[in-house]
Amino acid sequence: MCGICGCGEGHTHSHEEDHSHDSLDHDHHNPIDGHQHAAQHTHAQGLSPARMVQIEQDILAKNNAYADENRRYLSQRGILALNLVSSPGSGKTSLLTETIKRLKEELSIAVIEGDQQTTRDAERIRATGVPALQINTGKGCHLDAHRVGHAFEHLALSDHSLLFIENVGNLVCPSAFDLGEAHKVVILSVTEGEDKPIKYPDMFHAADLMILNKTDLLPYLDFNSAECIAYAKRVNPKIKVLSLSAKTGEGMDNWLKWLKAELELQRIDYA
Amino acid sequence: MHEMSLCENILQTLQQQANAQQYSKVKTIWLEIGELAGVEADALRFSFDSVMQDSIADQARLEIIDIAGQAYCSHCAKNVPIQQRYDACPECGHFPLQIVAGDQMRIKQLEVE
Ligand SMILES: Nc1nc2c(ncn2[C@@H]2O[C@H](COP(=O)(O)OP(=O)(O)O)[C@@H](O)[C@H]2O)c(=O)[nH]1
Ligand SMILES: [Mg+2]
Ligand SMILES: [Zn+2]
Repeated sequence: MCGICGCGEGHTHSHEEDHSHDSLDHDHHNPIDGHQHAAQHTHAQGLSPARMVQIEQDILAKNNAYADENRRYLSQRGILALNLVSSPGSGKTSLLTETIKRLKEELSIAVIEGDQQTTRDAERIRATGVPALQINTGKGCHLDAHRVGHAFEHLALSDHSLLFIENVGNLVCPSAFDLGEAHKVVILSVTEGEDKPIKYPDMFHAADLMILNKTDLLPYLDFNSAECIAYAKRVNPKIKVLSLSAKTGEGMDNWLKWLKAELELQRIDYA
Repeated sequence: MHEMSLCENILQTLQQQANAQQYSKVKTIWLEIGELAGVEADALRFSFDSVMQDSIADQARLEIIDIAGQAYCSHCAKNVPIQQRYDACPECGHFPLQIVAGDQMRIKQLEVE
């Protein structure tokens, strides 16, 4: 059984390090007031045993603890995990299948597919010859770190491999949920309009890389790439941008270079 | 947005704290929700009641403390109010600003028994 969540599923990744429930009880955001203290205010009526308890904990503390655990698991194995986020239809699965075709001979790759329903995308990935696990979130609008952690063990990830996590198509909710990835990569297709970074700032703020996809369609549109990039940098001055077409392959070489460089960085053993 | 799963995360924390803090019922819960956190208070209240049903926080009262957005402007060398993450400084127009408050969503305190 999974010790941290009691969910009955086996974690292969979760029991090698100390992650007792106690370690979640500390408040990492407020070092001055970092300890739990139950103030014993008994109500004036004298009868009610009600009292106040200071919690001071991030609502997503649980998810963040799972994400930390995932990140530790991945970094110990030198695995580069990328969380791909976008609205539905921007081309995440197409980008993945095209990327895998180009890299699968030289790299070990696995994919976690998040969708509300169907296993279609996992099947599209498996057709390229790499392992894929589908997570259906049902009504859920995003993947969470707990479910992703459980997916690791099913995929039998090899050391120094590349793990793509295709999140549920949604430019809002996945931004708040850390999965333990090295980077969030936001994909925006040129048919969606250049103002999306300022309409959905949280997502573009959370991402380290923005991919402008479907550049093959630019001749038919009024899409202004420079304006779009300026909006993205306004929300997130550090964001890097790549333009490409998953369909024609234009610009794919830069994306592959970025992937290989990031994978290489995972091999560094920091003190 | 994802208010339902935020409530599920809250419930997990309440259950986890129940042992450590020795309570069996949560009567009131105070949340600090920042203006920049992207959380809809109405949607949160809506999800809250259904998620807490039949749990240790069944029928608990939800109190939301709004926290205004604030950012540091390096040109003005002071904190300025902002309404959105990508806002420029309202006084000098400079951006980007560094957010210093209003992006949190935290469980502040509980009334328990
Ligand atoms: N013209 C064009 N169409 C693309 C490109 N990439 C993806 N598409 C199309 O966009 C649609 C949605 O792609 P899909 O990969 O399923 O998007 P996802 O929902 O983000 O996974 C499909 O019809 C793809 O063929 C591209 O670079 N150019
Ligand atoms: Mg897809
Ligand atoms: Zn200023």
